[in-house]
Amino acid sequence: MDKRMRWSIGFIVIAAAAAVVIFCPLPSMIRWQSPFLARTFLWLLLSAIMCLYRVLRGPTAPDRAVAIDMLGILIVGFCAVLCLPTGRDWYIDIGIAWALQSFIGIMALAKFLEGKEFDE
Amino acid sequence: MNETIGAGLIVIGLAFDFFGCLGLIRFPDVYNRLQAAAKCITLGTSGILLGLFCYKGFTATGIKALLCMAFILLTAPVSAHALARAAYRSGVKPWEGTVIDQYGEDIEKRK
Repeated sequence: MDKRMRWSIGFIVIAAAAAVVIFCPLPSMIRWQSPFLARTFLWLLLSAIMCLYRVLRGPTAPDRAVAIDMLGILIVGFCAVLCLPTGRDWYIDIGIAWALQSFIGIMALAKFLEGKEFDE
Repeated sequence: MNETIGAGLIVIGLAFDFFGCLGLIRFPDVYNRLQAAAKCITLGTSGILLGLFCYKGFTATGIKALLCMAFILLTAPVSAHALARAAYRSGVKPWEGTVIDQYGEDIEKRK
């Protein structure tokens, strides 16, 4: 399969997913305050799936580490969005804790990839 | 009025997040992917948190959102630099269309 073919297949898949998120009638399991916030959540979910594609298909180990880092920052955005429609304010506490934990984990992972010991 | 500004900021943040993840898929190299994704996703998530602050105002949740935004703006570049350095030191070659590689020259000079 040549390069142009793969490019068009990826473009069609991403455009179809974005069109589904923007234009589809919302499934009945998402009964939130406004349809705008439900679509916000679905759009973030699409971004997270694109990150997970890179985690699955990264050719080298630092690729996967980069994708994991970005996924950690996206999850903070998930927690911030979940605050609004559910009315539960403790989601932002989960976001702060997740940001701290993700930063420490990524620094340890970078040390490990560099080939050093952890106490250097 | 506050809710309109908050919704606009959240939409801008979502657009930045989406294009950052598109760069994470699309670029050919670890370093290109890192510089496309780190900046875009940091700014996008900061936009979402600022929108949450506009929704909630000066309550406990709004101040926590501002705190979280400051924390992400401080830590995301640090982890991105650490990952780039770790990728170079662990032997990942840059893409063959790369024009200049000053970090490699610097390492050569220091030996």
